[in-house]
Amino acid sequence: MKLSEVVQRLSLQVVTGENNLEVDVTKGYCSDMLSDVIGNAEEGGLWLTIQKHQNIVAVGVMKALAGIILVKGRQPDENTINKAREENLPIMISPLGSFELAGRLKALGIEGD
Amino acid sequence: MAAKFIPHQELLFELKVADVMQTAVITVSPDQKMGELRALLRDHQISGTPVIDGDRLVGIISIEDLIDWLNSGGGEDRIRDRMTLKPVCFYPEMLLVHAIKQFDRSGYGRFPVVKQDSDQLVGILTKGLIIEGMLRRLSKELLDEEIRQYRASHIFEDIVAEYKEIYLTYEIIGKDFDRAGQGSTQMKKNLKRLGIRPDIIRRLAIASYEAEINSVIYSDGGIMIFRVTPFEVSMKVKDRGPGIEDIEQAMQPGWSGAADWVREMGFGAGMGIPNIRKNADRFEIESIPGVGTTLTIRIFTGETEREHEAV
Repeated sequence: MKLSEVVQRLSLQVVTGENNLEVDVTKGYCSDMLSDVIGNAEEGGLWLTIQKHQNIVAVGVMKALAGIILVKGRQPDENTINKAREENLPIMISPLGSFELAGRLKALGIEGD
Repeated sequence: MAAKFIPHQELLFELKVADVMQTAVITVSPDQKMGELRALLRDHQISGTPVIDGDRLVGIISIEDLIDWLNSGGGEDRIRDRMTLKPVCFYPEMLLVHAIKQFDRSGYGRFPVVKQDSDQLVGILTKGLIIEGMLRRLSKELLDEEIRQYRASHIFEDIVAEYKEIYLTYEIIGKDFDRAGQGSTQMKKNLKRLGIRPDIIRRLAIASYEAEINSVIYSDGGIMIFRVTPFEVSMKVKDRGPGIEDIEQAMQPGWSGAADWVREMGFGAGMGIPNIRKNADRFEIESIPGVGTTLTIRIFTGETEREHEAV
């Protein structure tokens, strides 16, 4: 499924990378520990987290993730937004928590590892 | 129009009207007949043109003026009877971003460009020319990056020596989480330019990011040195202390000495070193309490490991 379709179906608010949503997404990962994401997230996957500081962008770029979804309506820091724009990395916001959002993603056919 | 250009907005501030305007301008004189204008616009497929008296700009006339003239019976009018006097003009030094605002605000399709503080016509600007100019600049930037990549990726072929090595060094500043990861990000871009295989870059980038973060969290800063050869890439991260007391313990997955506030940021999960190890072909760590810690990893880039061990 294209990331743009995920955005639409789950009513995600797109903060950055709006022109980088036409990528296929098949995997997802939930974690708030950066090293855990670095070690275990799948390349090209979606990452659900409550972390909102700029290092999430570096992790997203290192792992070549399709995008980062901030859960529980968390707003990214300004530095995070700037960095993500530079790298054209999609950051999205959902009002839902990780558990609920992951469930809905799974229902759309996006799998864990 | 402007909203679509957000990722390249800086381009609009770099480019000036002079960079994208057309200097060969089709013009008419005020004494020409409206009938001639009709043929001129049709032949050149343009929808308007500046009116010039000598080399002075005196007005502008467009297809709309032509239609009005035709509607009113198409008499013997000359251009001076139908043109718009004192049109809004641009200057060559004007930033493109200001020009675009004018286009949006006025709704006009073209603006004459005159020398500052004069009425001497030097060019014309249309939306089409702006788009062309920006595309030209963008493709030039892309080409420049391609050339840089090409040149850099041939360094090892072009330079002749018994041993060829490139060193990249980055400073790490202790406790500075805002800059954490910058060295690794820059290294990654440079290695791409050097033509290193993407899977190798990714492994090194993950290892170096983790090592950089560790130095930021636990040390008073240090340096990262990357060494690139035709056969392997390696990284040495050397910090200025305080060093690790019990290195065996620090190596255990899940063990972490990070402060609570660091953990709250999502660091200090005790998974950094296992991640580094997983991505390295060779891994070494040395620490002297009170002096500092040095971490070295190597990743082989060639076909077989044996081949490189010989190097």
